[in-house]
Amino acid sequence: MTDMLTPVLSAQWGEDKSWKLARYEATGGYRAIRKAFDMKPEDLVSLVKDANLRGRGGAGFPTGMKWSFVPQDNPNPKYLVVNADESEPGTCKDIPLMMANPHVLVEGIIISSYAINCHTAFIYCRGEVLHVIRRLQQAVREAYAAGYLGKNILGTGYDLDIIVHAGAGAYICGEETALLDSLEGRRGQPRLRPPFPAVAGLYASPTVVNNVESIASVPAIVDNGAAWFQSMGTEKSKGFTLYSVSGHVKRPGQFEAPMGITLRQLIDLGGGMRDGHELKFFTPGGSSTPILTAEGLDIPLDYEGMAAAGTMLGTKALQVFDDTTSVVRTTLRFVEFYKHESCGKCTPCREGSWWLVQLLMKFEAGQAEEGDVDKLLDICDNIGGRSFCALADGAVACVTSAVKHFREEFEQGYHTPAWELFPYEKSALFAVEGDPR
Amino acid sequence: MSGHFESHFPESGSVDYSDQSTNIDETTIAELRELASRYPQPRSALLPMLHLVQSVDGRVSPRGIEVCADVLGITTAQVSGVATFYTMYKRRPAGHHHLGVCTTALCAVMGGDILLDRAKAKLGIDEGQTTPCGKVSLERLECNAACDFAPVAMVNWEFFDNMDPAKMDELIDKLMNGEEVVSPRGATLTSWKEAERVLAGFPDGRADEGPSAGPASLLGRELARDNNWNAPSADATPAAPEEEAAK
Repeated sequence: MTDMLTPVLSAQWGEDKSWKLARYEATGGYRAIRKAFDMKPEDLVSLVKDANLRGRGGAGFPTGMKWSFVPQDNPNPKYLVVNADESEPGTCKDIPLMMANPHVLVEGIIISSYAINCHTAFIYCRGEVLHVIRRLQQAVREAYAAGYLGKNILGTGYDLDIIVHAGAGAYICGEETALLDSLEGRRGQPRLRPPFPAVAGLYASPTVVNNVESIASVPAIVDNGAAWFQSMGTEKSKGFTLYSVSGHVKRPGQFEAPMGITLRQLIDLGGGMRDGHELKFFTPGGSSTPILTAEGLDIPLDYEGMAAAGTMLGTKALQVFDDTTSVVRTTLRFVEFYKHESCGKCTPCREGSWWLVQLLMKFEAGQAEEGDVDKLLDICDNIGGRSFCALADGAVACVTSAVKHFREEFEQGYHTPAWELFPYEKSALFAVEGDPR
Repeated sequence: MSGHFESHFPESGSVDYSDQSTNIDETTIAELRELASRYPQPRSALLPMLHLVQSVDGRVSPRGIEVCADVLGITTAQVSGVATFYTMYKRRPAGHHHLGVCTTALCAVMGGDILLDRAKAKLGIDEGQTTPCGKVSLERLECNAACDFAPVAMVNWEFFDNMDPAKMDELIDKLMNGEEVVSPRGATLTSWKEAERVLAGFPDGRADEGPSAGPASLLGRELARDNNWNAPSADATPAAPEEEAAK
């Protein structure tokens, strides 16, 4: 039985100068690349496959399998692009990871690049996180100076460059093909697949796009072995991972645990819900994953558990809302996010997200009309699955799941404003003038 | 409802060509060329180049569009098409400091809406505007990946965590008075333009300022330490065949 929490990536967070090369090396950093360079690239791919590391960016696709799709007989250069465009509402794990321990990502990139025979890797980091970008830039500079990057790394004859790239504010660039267009200096709009990036990605060359946490997990796997990684987690969801708890709990935060911990356990670790309040609903993995209610408290937070509950593990971003919260209000806000972030390429998403916002504003104001709940679902039906990428599916998942669990609350929007049913100041963390509490 | 859409971005149509002012000189152009040279294909540098343009002109200026197009050998339409897609690119001059308040669902519910109203009232401007003195501009933020610190704000893309009305008032007073402000999870504030220069890819030497992590980031790690919870030791599990082969 493994322990309740298993800090690996977060083990050194908070230590003095944890982001510096010297500190990382002092705690075993850059040991794994030496092991990796003693292995054949294809054996590294097999190792990560055997570990059953699944992508931590939301989709859960097996990382080693993604690597194995890179056609090594393709004459073009191979590229690794780290997706550090963390923007899914609720998701806040990669940002602290890169701020406190950027070198574990750099080391992961070196190993992963070597495994897929790539000599130029990119870290595409969202632009809105200045200090994280500073730390990434510095970590890469330090790694060059130490001979971990550049030409003939550690005398192996292997060359690798890493480019730290700041985005410019677009959630859609977290979608891997939109990210590639953005990295080519274009508007970030998703591409039609196939061809998949592994075949024709950046500059139409074979490209692997992996999430920060996925790549950062690679050094520990190389260092400790696939069996060690497999010894954590549930039957089909292996390893350690970062769970991000936010919202109406006493103490929100990051929890690195074996796959399959439950929300009840996480809330207990966070000291429980706010005093005098109960859980009303939560997102298991960001706002694009269908919401669950208290009935989901004891379901293992792994890929299978969440799929069986009709939702997705996503980015393991647990946004917890208590009984003061209007589900109509949060649904509107989530959809406003998708409306703002829709890239505009596909009509159902571009237009449909606007229609959803208009209709949800009427629900919030208590001015929806009899039958509008069905209209809402009908619009969702015409958006989901009808666009190039998953943004549209995320935009409707929060609506359909909210209606499924709280239909009566939406129907109250036919006559009563949400702010009368659920006075908004009661949901805030601080007292507001005139609020007696 | 009339059925007519009202644009969510009433000012977002295009770059502001009525203002032709610029500070871009030969040094800037040389730096833009350097950025282009860092990538396997120069056009990949366009996003960083536009950040650099903003660091010089305080917005995406018509001249900035021209020089980017010139350096990359693409059309100005291609450059402005990109510049108008991304929300971090400003078509009007941002303030010396750029303040953002998150109002995506979780932050909004936990107080972000109240904080944004407070900031608007205190600054006397609406979102998307800059104070007449040019000191502070205000933006409604979409999720800034700091949800465990909700409700959050940012200044010049530095984190301001666990905000409340009193903290918001104090922050705005200091920004308006030109006092020194330190991000609780970052460096001493410089200016929005200087931040844009770092994002373009020219470090400012401040990476070592600030903490390793904020309190919420450390919660799980501290509980693990208090309870002596650890990842299993590697010795306790059999080595994978690949490792054996490597030895």
